[in-house]
Amino acid sequence: MYGYTSRSLRIDLSSGSTDIIDTPPALLTKFIGGRGAGVAMAGRKATGNFDDPAMPLIFASGPLVATEAPTSGRSSVISRSPLTGTILDCSVGGKFGTELKHAGFDIIEITGVASSLKMISIDDQNVTISDASFLAGKNVTEVRKAIGTDGADAVIGIAGEKQVRFSSIVFDGHYLAGRGGMGAVMGAKNLKAIRVKGTGSVSVFDTAALRASREEIMRLLRASQAIFGELGISAFGTAALVDLIHARRMEPTGNFRQTFYDFSSAYSGYALKNRFRAKKTGCRGCPILCKKIGEQGEVIPEYETVSHFGALNFNHDAASIVEANRLCNEYGLDTISTAATIACYAEIEGRRLSPDSILDIICDIGERRSGRGEMLSYGSRRYALASGRAGASMSVKGLELPAYDPRGAYGMALAYATSNRGGCHLRAYPISHEILRKPVATDRFSFEGKARIIKIAEDMNAVIDSLTACKFVFFAASLEEYAKAVSAVTGREYDTQSLLRTGERIYVLERYLNSLNGFSAADDDLPERFFAEEGSSSPHIIMKPLDRKAFLEARANYYKVRGYDKDGMPTVRLMKKLELEEYL
Amino acid sequence: MRHLINTYVTKIVAQGLAEKENITLLGLDAEFTANRPLSGIDHELFRVFDRMNINTLLYAEPAEPYRSILQYLARQENSTLVPTDCETRTFLHDIPRIPSLSSAAISTALAYRKAAIVGDRGIVSYGTVSPEQAFVSFSSVCFSTYVKFFTDVMFHLEDHAGGRTPQNTALLEAYHEIAEKIPSGRLGCEALPVSPPRNPAETYEQMVKTGNELVQQRLVDSYFGNISYVSGDTIYISQTGSSMDELVGCIDAVPLDGSSSSGITASSELSAHIGIYRKTGKRAIIHGHPKFTVIMSMSCRRQGCDVSTCYRSCREHRSVGGIPIVSGEIGTGPSGLVRTVPMAMSGSGAVIVFGHGIFSTGEDSFRPAFELLQTVEEACRREYFKKIRALI
Repeated sequence: MYGYTSRSLRIDLSSGSTDIIDTPPALLTKFIGGRGAGVAMAGRKATGNFDDPAMPLIFASGPLVATEAPTSGRSSVISRSPLTGTILDCSVGGKFGTELKHAGFDIIEITGVASSLKMISIDDQNVTISDASFLAGKNVTEVRKAIGTDGADAVIGIAGEKQVRFSSIVFDGHYLAGRGGMGAVMGAKNLKAIRVKGTGSVSVFDTAALRASREEIMRLLRASQAIFGELGISAFGTAALVDLIHARRMEPTGNFRQTFYDFSSAYSGYALKNRFRAKKTGCRGCPILCKKIGEQGEVIPEYETVSHFGALNFNHDAASIVEANRLCNEYGLDTISTAATIACYAEIEGRRLSPDSILDIICDIGERRSGRGEMLSYGSRRYALASGRAGASMSVKGLELPAYDPRGAYGMALAYATSNRGGCHLRAYPISHEILRKPVATDRFSFEGKARIIKIAEDMNAVIDSLTACKFVFFAASLEEYAKAVSAVTGREYDTQSLLRTGERIYVLERYLNSLNGFSAADDDLPERFFAEEGSSSPHIIMKPLDRKAFLEARANYYKVRGYDKDGMPTVRLMKKLELEEYL
Repeated sequence: MRHLINTYVTKIVAQGLAEKENITLLGLDAEFTANRPLSGIDHELFRVFDRMNINTLLYAEPAEPYRSILQYLARQENSTLVPTDCETRTFLHDIPRIPSLSSAAISTALAYRKAAIVGDRGIVSYGTVSPEQAFVSFSSVCFSTYVKFFTDVMFHLEDHAGGRTPQNTALLEAYHEIAEKIPSGRLGCEALPVSPPRNPAETYEQMVKTGNELVQQRLVDSYFGNISYVSGDTIYISQTGSSMDELVGCIDAVPLDGSSSSGITASSELSAHIGIYRKTGKRAIIHGHPKFTVIMSMSCRRQGCDVSTCYRSCREHRSVGGIPIVSGEIGTGPSGLVRTVPMAMSGSGAVIVFGHGIFSTGEDSFRPAFELLQTVEEACRREYFKKIRALI
């Protein structure tokens, strides 16, 4: 098949076996690749415990990976979340997906538990599982130093080894499969690292058509202020959003008790770029290069990270925020969940933490030290519940909320609640239209029309993660242009609507798997604080509490639009319509 | 969605794009909403929602002169229209045609493109986020077919030695019929103050008035364009995708030293505006898409050029009425207009961008910038018809 290698790798760590298999063609035609193919491959196996030997950990590339299509250097990681219990996928940058396809594989599925700490090396078609006990107790930089950085790598730090519930897998040193605890799944398998290097290439059906679609996409990117404008994310990274979200008075502050932080300019994109003399870098094959690296090699954090280690924790010490990010990357911790869990801890303790205290707590969590570290290593929900203050966990389905206060963007409120992986901004990404005005602006203080908007956007992002492309491109381009690109690569005819139908199939399958894991409408809800407390209003911007009745109406509309039953679950009829009978 | 539906129907009518009775705008969240009783709407339009993951569908028969233009273009052979102006082509790429209002044909065409021409009289478009997308696509088709028609006439007459030859009869008949339906241009903008704004509040107020006037005088495509004003160390600029007749709350104040990126939502031409200010010191800048300015910007037929690249790399020194014409794509890329417009601005007060529109400036208030934009459009209109008369 054009655009694919048609080979995948199945590794059982319990037996030490490695099998090269044909990638099931139906998996690719029905689910495209990346997130979709991974979720479909995991299927009902994702209903066991995260540390069950049968639980798969899947690394999947998409058809655009290793081609000339812009921003196609990404890949997906799929399993079940140790933090939330939902099906979990993470889209990750770097060059892992590209190297994997160059090595001749579309997907790696890893099951089993190794008897001792192991690493996997893939050099083209040569796959070896080797002892990694010498890497035990080491963080990411040390591990990479020991195993070498030729090709691409996926590594866990100490947090993953110790199965901190929100630990991450770190790719190529600073690209994280960040959310939901993918690092703990890898740690539970006694797998410390994967190295992959390939020398092959990917066959493209129509190179000229791919170039033409690339040019269309590039023209749209160049026309986008948010991407290539002088204030955009190519110039400043996603920290460019600090000033905007601040100006809209929706930057979560003090564990979401406020929505405006007076000192956010201390860690704005501009401030960080100048202070650290940051330069551009990014994923392989990406023209945007949103990642920023300082003069001394400091990784400049993303918006979510600066804001959560900043405003959410009443901290405007930029150096400590950059250090917090470094520590999380080293231990392999999700920065959003780490910062939000610390903010929850500060609220429950009734303290304002100093920058040094925040850094100390990150180390406690990363090392899972007894006492505070152990307590917080399960995430804010379990910690708040155990402390008798469940309402202090600002999470949905146990996943801590990112740095957009839902009282300032009602589509975001609905999207947080309905997201298949919990409190995530990236499933529907309504910030695109509610804040960034793309593709057009919508009223951020209204639920009007948002049910269908969120549904369509969830489908769209599911397919973007399956291609696998970067969501930032879609501030400028659309599936219209990407349909041409994927058609050119694969030789199969795709259009906007066929891609959206595939996205719907993926999203509904995820939802169905969640239902098998016990999720229901009761889980599609927001913390009570958002319905009870006002945000930080100004004379011009009123940050009212969300109207619960309006929220529930929007949620009911969403279920109807999706074709779910009243409890928010996919019906048999819907599953059949989407050709998902085999999962019933 | 009812108020959004009504808002965009009103805009379509106000822009002279279609009469109210010829517009069907359907919205779907959990239930259908429309600008007319659902029982009276063609069932084929409802069926499109079964085939497409969308939330808005617009079908309308445009008003004159767009209707006659569509009818003329429908008689041409090609099944797909390719806009000739660079901005519309950037976003629409091309415009498919379908024979009739069938749900299958609509959904097939709209699966690939943002809008389609139906038969010889209608345009269908859609949105996935807001009725605004459907409106913009509809309006862009009207704009691009208008520009294409008049540009095609000009090139055809040039290529076929003009004159009343038999093969030109149909073209000339259509041309005369359509040209008669074009409203005359207007000069003057009394609503705009002559004096410069004295404080930020007056700056916002004058920008809002200027935006309104641009839309009312139809000097922008849809309602897109952008305007800015520099005061002290701040540039006030309309936001990306903002409706020029609804700028209240849609103006970003951006520090010129780049110290805040809150202007990430500013117009995609922010860099060009800053460049113009830095090059000329002119504080009031308007960017619009007056149709004959766009048409005349593309009137070059120089032999030996690759016409497919004129919009981004033309090296000819061309002008209309003393206003230079430059190439340049939208935005900040290597062939972006940010690299050509500010350089060409010195001395003329305005610059036309090939196939795109015009930037005009005022020393310290919007009125002279607006009057200059009007004057250039009027000059381009006169020049166009003079040229056609000479060719005939």
